[in-house]
Amino acid sequence: MMNQQWKSQGINLPIGSVVTGKWHNHSYLIRKKLGSGACGTVYLADQGNQQVAIKFSQNGSSITTEVNVLRTFQKVQGKRLGPSLLDVDDWVQPNGSQISFYAMEYLKGKELSTFIQKHGHEWLGILMVQLLKDLGDLHEAGWVFGDLKTENLIVTFPPARLRWIDVGGTTQIGRAIKEYTEFYDRGYWGLGSRKAEPTYDLFALAMVMIHVYYPKRFEKGKDPEKTLMRHLQQASSLKPYATAIQKALYGKYRSSKEMEQDITNQLMNVSNNRLKDQQSSRTHSRTQRKQQKKTVQKRNNSSPSQAKYLWEGAGIIVVVCMFYIVYVILQWI
Amino acid sequence: MNKGTLKQILLITDGCSNKGEDPAAVATLALQQGITVNVIGVLENEQSEQPEGLEEVEEIAMSGGGYSQVVYAKSLSQTVQMVTRQAMTQTLQGVVNQELQQILGQDQKIEELPPEKRGEVMEVVEDLGETCDLEVLVLVDTSASMHNKLPTVQDALFDLSLSLNARTGNNRFSIYSFPGKRGKDVSKVMDWTPQLESISSVFPKLTSGGITPTGPALREAMNQFAPKKRNLRSFLSRDESTMEESGD
Repeated sequence: MMNQQWKSQGINLPIGSVVTGKWHNHSYLIRKKLGSGACGTVYLADQGNQQVAIKFSQNGSSITTEVNVLRTFQKVQGKRLGPSLLDVDDWVQPNGSQISFYAMEYLKGKELSTFIQKHGHEWLGILMVQLLKDLGDLHEAGWVFGDLKTENLIVTFPPARLRWIDVGGTTQIGRAIKEYTEFYDRGYWGLGSRKAEPTYDLFALAMVMIHVYYPKRFEKGKDPEKTLMRHLQQASSLKPYATAIQKALYGKYRSSKEMEQDITNQLMNVSNNRLKDQQSSRTHSRTQRKQQKKTVQKRNNSSPSQAKYLWEGAGIIVVVCMFYIVYVILQWI
Repeated sequence: MNKGTLKQILLITDGCSNKGEDPAAVATLALQQGITVNVIGVLENEQSEQPEGLEEVEEIAMSGGGYSQVVYAKSLSQTVQMVTRQAMTQTLQGVVNQELQQILGQDQKIEELPPEKRGEVMEVVEDLGETCDLEVLVLVDTSASMHNKLPTVQDALFDLSLSLNARTGNNRFSIYSFPGKRGKDVSKVMDWTPQLESISSVFPKLTSGGITPTGPALREAMNQFAPKKRNLRSFLSRDESTMEESGD
């Protein structure tokens, strides 16, 4: 029986059908298919005047697990962390079989990469800082997002706010990651275990940043680490974040706060770059400025002067040798 | 303290059996012994349609109480770990269901509870999935047609060990291949081990010829587990020690 469930997970509801819950009797009018994944299918539906997103799955246990996570989010942080949960129920289909579903807040927005293409690259860092803040809260509450990927992120606008839409992979810290996608999984790249730790999410977040510039993804090849670093270096738009991304990929950040700080600093630097010279002359005292000038001059001189010394030395040696040869020849004669 | 051990056979094949007893019958027997049988059918990357013979894949898994999936070699890694995890959850859910029926009466299954109550039951199932011990015997078809796919199979198994070893519970894996050497139905590739990291180049030279003794190989695999000593409900009784020695 379970086998059939596994196979027929693609649920196809006709647009316009009405779904009524067996336990709570709420009715939903199906409007549109929003997407489907390994664990179910999400539809846009109307409940009275309200638009909601409903996730259906014939695998009742995965619905239950996700509902558990959404409930925890609500207890911990209000609704900011995920879409808010509205209803959980079963639907008895006309043919008698039963599907579990839950209704949640419908978040209308753009996929992350679409948003960045439309609104500009400068948004990447800003949205990542938002995501890092949310992840920080989640980690503090004892959870790891797990299946963090571009498809699970949506940007609502305006004001721009990054939200996550699929919480199915959320796992308690210290356990084994429940769900993952190879491209975003550090285990796949040979850069760590599949234990639910904050560093696991930060790796995936770095991959989200990379994925924005490699929408087709890429495979690990013979030397996964090298492949990854090569792609990172080749994406010029990622240059400002390359150090942060690299640290995240190698699990060097102990918390999302640290990474958030690095990216924030980078963002501030970029926007302040033009003012930098003026600012520094204003803030430093004269002597400091003089010292700076001196060191700058020295640095500037250092390489040509070294060459000069080399030429001088060579000249002297040549001249001395010539004199010596002349002396030897004179002796012979 | 040992909570009990889940036992699984993972059969990886690309064709139908043609020698010996019916593999579905052996899978049924294995299930009766408390061993779940999962089956993965591997397609050639260019193959667009499901070739004949792979219907058997589903049949064996259904008989063995496990999951089946037919996939391209490329997506083998994720499928292997997903099938294993799903089967674990399913088995544990079955255990919890039995327990519920004991307490609440015949018709009480998880699905029959109101959605609010299910959450707590699922938490128990998840706890068990994280902490229980697991034994997986991987049975790999190494007949000639599998030739190109074996490196991918190795990757997938290494990946499986990575996934499962992130759990709190202990794992033991072993690998067998069929058809075996010198006309035998099955050969041992690797004895029970907690990690599959050393599997590079463990697969024996490929056996040519058209013999695929899936049924007999499955029977042999089943015998590698220790005989069933107690029923699966031992998962829930935390005080009893349920050590099950399987002769290495």
